[in-house]
Amino acid sequence: MVHVSMAVNGRSASADVDPRTLLVQFLRENLRLTGTHVGCDTSQCGACVVHVDGQAIKSCTVLAASCDGAQVTTIEGLAANGKLHPMQQAFQDNHGLQCGFCTPGMIMASIDLVNRLGPNLDEATIRHGLEGNICRCTGYHNIVKSIAQGAREMGAAATPQAAE
Amino acid sequence: MGVTALGASVKRTEDIRFITGKGHYVDDINRPGQAYAYFLRSPHAHATIDRIETSEALKSPGVVAIFTGDDIAADKVGGLICGWMIHSKDGSPMNVGGHPSLAQGAVRYVGDHVAVVIADTYAEAKDAAEKIVVDYGVLPAVIDVAGAAKDGQRHIHEAAPNNTVYNWHLGDKAATDAAFASAAHVTKIDLVNNRLIPNAMEPRAALGDYDSGTDTMTLYTTSQNPHVARVVLSAFVGLAPENKLRVIAPDVGGGFGSKIFIYADETVCLWAAKKINRPVKWTADRTEAFLCDAHGRDHVTHGELALDASGRITGLRVHTTANLGAYLSTFASAVPTYLYAPLLSGQYAIPNIYCEVDGVYTNTAPVDAYRGAGRPEATFVIERLVEVAARETGRDPAEFRRTNFIRTFPHQTPVLMNYDAGDFPAALDKALAEADYKGLAARKAASVAKGKLRGIGFSAYIEACGIAPSSAVGALGGGVGLWESAEVRVNMIGTVEVLTGSHSHGQGHETTFAQLVSSRLGIPMENVTIVHGDTDKVQMGMGTYGSRSGAVGMSAISKALDKIEAKAKKVAGHVLEASEQDIEFKDGKFTVKGTDKSIDFGSVAMNAYSGHKINTQEIEPGLKEGAFWDPTNWTFPAGVHICELEIDPQTGVVTIERWTAVDDFGKLINPMIVEGQVHGGIAQGVGQALLEGAHYDSDGQLLTASFMDYCMPRADDLPSFKVETIETICPSNPLGIKGCGEAGAIAAPPAVINAITDALGHEDVAMPATPQAVWRAAQKTMMKRAAE
Repeated sequence: MVHVSMAVNGRSASADVDPRTLLVQFLRENLRLTGTHVGCDTSQCGACVVHVDGQAIKSCTVLAASCDGAQVTTIEGLAANGKLHPMQQAFQDNHGLQCGFCTPGMIMASIDLVNRLGPNLDEATIRHGLEGNICRCTGYHNIVKSIAQGAREMGAAATPQAAE
Repeated sequence: MGVTALGASVKRTEDIRFITGKGHYVDDINRPGQAYAYFLRSPHAHATIDRIETSEALKSPGVVAIFTGDDIAADKVGGLICGWMIHSKDGSPMNVGGHPSLAQGAVRYVGDHVAVVIADTYAEAKDAAEKIVVDYGVLPAVIDVAGAAKDGQRHIHEAAPNNTVYNWHLGDKAATDAAFASAAHVTKIDLVNNRLIPNAMEPRAALGDYDSGTDTMTLYTTSQNPHVARVVLSAFVGLAPENKLRVIAPDVGGGFGSKIFIYADETVCLWAAKKINRPVKWTADRTEAFLCDAHGRDHVTHGELALDASGRITGLRVHTTANLGAYLSTFASAVPTYLYAPLLSGQYAIPNIYCEVDGVYTNTAPVDAYRGAGRPEATFVIERLVEVAARETGRDPAEFRRTNFIRTFPHQTPVLMNYDAGDFPAALDKALAEADYKGLAARKAASVAKGKLRGIGFSAYIEACGIAPSSAVGALGGGVGLWESAEVRVNMIGTVEVLTGSHSHGQGHETTFAQLVSSRLGIPMENVTIVHGDTDKVQMGMGTYGSRSGAVGMSAISKALDKIEAKAKKVAGHVLEASEQDIEFKDGKFTVKGTDKSIDFGSVAMNAYSGHKINTQEIEPGLKEGAFWDPTNWTFPAGVHICELEIDPQTGVVTIERWTAVDDFGKLINPMIVEGQVHGGIAQGVGQALLEGAHYDSDGQLLTASFMDYCMPRADDLPSFKVETIETICPSNPLGIKGCGEAGAIAAPPAVINAITDALGHEDVAMPATPQAVWRAAQKTMMKRAAE
């Protein structure tokens, strides 16, 4: 067993785990944060994307032990004070999800995309940026629309004076 | 909040839990003391099992039990079933081999279930499985679909000589042959409808639980139809009687057909839970999903179209060999027969049609319904034939279609279907305008100028949804009725629960069904809760597949709402001291005609339950009504999709430049959700045409068993889509709905291939049209054009 300790959605969490425990297993099974999903075993589908120290990673491909001391944000940690994150709201506004299984990973990856490339994303950039996330339901059409809206609103929230 | 109308694109209420990570999928559910199952699967496509040695594995840490086919047999657990009987041309019933949940004496495809290891943790179960020793007697595998029935092949099942399940046919052979004999032109094509792997993003999962106190079993499972699962597990597999078996399908992460079926894995988890008296959980990893989820399509077809001198189609003749895999899955036999051949007429008036289908076993995963199920295969045949025929006879493909469209309804085809309503020219006209067909020549020239090739492809599809009526289903060999049930429970203060036998796994029923109730009862949507996916709550249901939830599921709700309204009027009459004939119900209010005396819906509910102001000897207290709805006919969604694409002849890369869809789904409840269904269907259809293909090698190893090897459509493989509708009302259900779930997947593949072949001037680009395949064809085109 190995002791791991990390901050997940702002709360400290620690446990003794089998050394082969993946971060996604630690989140789902130890912390019961089941919003992060496992859709494949080859880090292709992106259903398991979370943020570790501010960057998107596929939590099915990283050991929990290697995240010792990290700050982790999952889909459960996005909404603040009962208010959805702009990217979450954008997915509902634009019907960017159907079965919902890929959605947490899509939203986490989308926020990372905006963090890296800024809020003004054209369609080609968004589509290319989703290379690591698979959705089987939506045909991506409405996911692309969602991300464009979410990005704009993240930008507006970050620079409130810019609009004035 | 006010009332939500039918036809409003309201946002989905279920989204909140999904976007905040609070959904409850099967793998999110845990039971105290649960153990974990891991399946040891066959590495061989075809082999005898000569010995299984588990003694070392049983000593492995954490192991609770290991079971094999012998244990299943000893407990007299029944085999898995195929629920649709097909008879061959000669009248004989189809040949069905046994399908045990754990292999008994032989394995028949890579991934077949050899043993289950149950341990305290999943990792321990997986570790122990490596210590099981199996002696296999490897046999030659039968993989080639077209050759599976040839003499000399080893039989996969003793019960099926020449690996043949059936030799089925539909239509009038003599009349069709006569039409061909007198034809002015005959178009012939050979095509393969490529094998696909559904890949819902949520892998299948099961959690079996047994309560020894009440002798009751519970199965949490990733199912599109939990009641059907309960019937099969009770009446056929024999695990428990229905009243002692609860099946729960909570949030389910996509299905596309693959979660209709009753599989070995789920069955074993439930059986084992009682055996070890602990809950047993199993979640497929993605490779298991590739190996063992029922695959789709996989047809080898020869088709011929007869034309007269004026360009009218006079006959259609089709022969298909359909791969059914190593075992017959739950509805496998119906997909290439009654869900296929009756759709071959497409949107065209074809007086003579004859279709033969040979269903064969191979040493591959079972093949069953995948989005569209038979109808995409039929549409691909007719839409490729029509396209090729138009080009061969020098006719514009759009106008050739128009010439042959069915124009009056109802229209009886020569292959069972009675099309009830539609307007095919209207969809074509709108699609041509939206796609700017007139501007195509200029766009083609512009592509050529930059060294590219541009093509346009049409697909005028029709599908048949909401399979019905039940008596017809039974007459065709179906083992179930295909009605739907609903129960509307009005609570004391006027909030409503609707219990439905439909199951939502992405379709948004919690929103659309609530819209129906809101509009009918005049109450806000948030006062309505949709309950589904639990056999202890919903009495009976047939589940969701074949685009049936709107046309059949909502019609059942509508019928129950009629009864609610009728009883509520009686209650209102008593309260308002008026005859029920004088009560009008509008906008959530019951009013005595011609007066200002009225009472709202909530107050009627309160009075129905208090019984204070009603004569309970005349009207029973309470307000709850149920209904079963059996439609009078299938529904016939139809439309025209146009794909315009550009090919880079240097790389073979295909870029879809424009996608125009004009669909007729009848009445729309929520256009936003309908469009989403179309988008997703198109993506799967484009995936089939350009990217996806399951590939077994000659030994039966699945070479495409991960997302590294099987090319799923990703965001940058697809364009944004232009999705429009026209509306003709479906006459066979009270809401006028036709269904929209499969249209895109049915329409898209021929649209793409017709566009590629238009760009290349070739007729033989197979699916998936990968860059390599397109590049090879493009080289021929470029050489030919250079020579001209």
